[in-house]
Amino acid sequence: MALLEIRNVSRRFGDFLAVDNVSLEVGAGEFFTLVGPSGCGKTTLLRMIAGFDQPDTGQIVLEGKNLEGTPPEARNVHTVFQSYALFPHMTVEQNIAFPLRMAKTADDQIKPRVAEALEDVRLADKGKRYPHELSGGQRQRVALARALVNRPKLLLLDEPLAALDAKLKEQMQLELIELQREVGVTFIYVTHDQGEALALSHRIAVMNHGIIEQLDEPSKVYGFPKNRFVADFIGTCNLWEGTVTSAGERDFVLDLDGIGTARAIPNTTTKAMPQPGQRGCLTLRPEKLRIAADLAPLPEENSAAGKVHDFLYLGDVTIYIVNLDQGARIEAMLPNAASGRTRFFEVGDPVKIAWRVDAGHFIDG
Amino acid sequence: MAGATRSNSATRVSRPLLGLSLAVYLFLYIPLIVVIVYSFNASRVQSGEWGGFTLDWYNKLLHNETLLNATLNSLIIGVAAAAIATVLGTLAGLALHRYKLRLLPVLVLAPVAIPEILQAVSLVLFFNAINLTLGMVSIILSHVAFCISFVAIVVRSRLQGMDESLTEAARDLGATPWQAFRMVTLPLIMPGIIAGALMAFTLSIDDFVITFFTSGPDAATLPLQIYSMIKVVVTPEVNAVSTLLMLLTLILIIIANKIAPSALQAK
Ligand SMILES: Nc1ncnc2c1ncn2[C@@H]1O[C@H](COP(=O)(O)OP(=O)(O)O)[C@@H](O)[C@H]1O
Ligand SMILES: [Mg+2]
Repeated sequence: MALLEIRNVSRRFGDFLAVDNVSLEVGAGEFFTLVGPSGCGKTTLLRMIAGFDQPDTGQIVLEGKNLEGTPPEARNVHTVFQSYALFPHMTVEQNIAFPLRMAKTADDQIKPRVAEALEDVRLADKGKRYPHELSGGQRQRVALARALVNRPKLLLLDEPLAALDAKLKEQMQLELIELQREVGVTFIYVTHDQGEALALSHRIAVMNHGIIEQLDEPSKVYGFPKNRFVADFIGTCNLWEGTVTSAGERDFVLDLDGIGTARAIPNTTTKAMPQPGQRGCLTLRPEKLRIAADLAPLPEENSAAGKVHDFLYLGDVTIYIVNLDQGARIEAMLPNAASGRTRFFEVGDPVKIAWRVDAGHFIDG
Repeated sequence: MAGATRSNSATRVSRPLLGLSLAVYLFLYIPLIVVIVYSFNASRVQSGEWGGFTLDWYNKLLHNETLLNATLNSLIIGVAAAAIATVLGTLAGLALHRYKLRLLPVLVLAPVAIPEILQAVSLVLFFNAINLTLGMVSIILSHVAFCISFVAIVVRSRLQGMDESLTEAARDLGATPWQAFRMVTLPLIMPGIIAGALMAFTLSIDDFVITFFTSGPDAATLPLQIYSMIKVVVTPEVNAVSTLLMLLTLILIIIANKIAPSALQAK
């Protein structure tokens, strides 16, 4: 049985449907992520799980018990707020002791458990400080310690790393993964950062306009996006529209707008062979494209020619924006592995691109 | 250097401004300073001549039954009115923050803007209507009426500076609504409440117009007593009592100011 079940939950604000008939299940011990652009309803969904807001329709079930009518304090669910929401008039220790005191933990047990919680987040020497005397990363860890100290069944995290700078963010991501594994509490993590979602989660729900577009493991969401929105939102992706011209045994041929003829394999999830005349979208990640000044495509490759329009040097890789001769603009990525070489092409250079027939992911319709 | 030039022109601009602000301050404070100085003047006549330093007027004050009685009245009224207004004003502030109704702020905050004389007249009419004899009780009730708004304003501004998610966090971590209020909201708005209370006390202590209308024959407060004294002749005793009143107000303002900045500061 799933730890948390969300059944057909909707929430409306006036005319605006913030959460639209969402259903999902989260298993015990899972690191589950809700990702989507700002305003897609992630916080609204989280607040209904925490009990700050009520669904208009549908049920939220925790460990088989319908949470309808259960106030936040009676739910075995804790939240890490984006603002951390540490009590400014209490020391770090008092903050962490708060949930224990609310749960009527015996006084002699509170001290050791607070100390242990501080150990867990490596803040043992900061217990007597006030929140405003801590750095952003430290506050973040206090918020985690406070939310985890009495081991809730479920921990909700609403964009907890959004306020941190890139370097600290990466470090906190690693700490979060470790902490979650250590304490074994189920995490539901909310973020608008798709990279963070891919890095942290066991499973990801991609949300848009209040609905779940796709719910899958990170590699599936990235490699086999269900639709154009997911392909575009998760990572960078070339979306090539085209018409199927002929279908074979294992692959089919399609005429891609502004690119030319190419072979592709059917959608790996649905496995349906598209029929001639059908429209569809070939999604292709920039790192799956081969790009060279001149190249002879292998038998299992498609190819096209164009000119470098611009490039983004990112240090580890360089992204090339290429205008194809047939009109389309595409993105290709090259790792800067060769030492001393910072770029392979200049703006205006003629280039050829090639990609394997099975490199693209075809989305029907 | 560019920096030097800029600071030069800055002084040129600020010199007339400095003069003007000095003049304003002098205008505000010279009368007060005169009162303080004359309270220590041994010469009885207020002709402007200095007859040497004395504490006589303060000594006389201690033996002036009427003035002492008025002071006691003022203190009782001030404490009672401040206490009641603080409780009610805090509740009003909480309601203003919680229920974002259109009309509520107007109703609660209007007394700040309504002319005092209007308030005074309507209060007298009201007390007449309910057959309340004018005296200490009616004064306290009137003071409560005009102090509530000030307390409510301070408390609400403190609440507005408070992170909304703090009370939610308290609930989330297992606190009932009452526990969340007592352990998180109340301590955080306490500086606002204290500042509001001090403000209410100060307003009550020196109120004249409303007190004048709502006091009975035997319930004179300090401002009323001072007024009736200077109507006859300005005795240096009035200077002395005014100086003391000034000192008390000053202390309260300093305390309120010490608390109030943190009341507006979102830590
Ligand atoms: N209390 C509310 N009243 C009205 N609209 C709201 C309320 N809460 C959220 N919304 C709207 O619902 C949408 C989803 O909000 P939210 O769940 O906060 O999005 P996200 O967390 O994904 O950025 C937004 O358009 C927001 O304006
Ligand atoms: Mg949000």
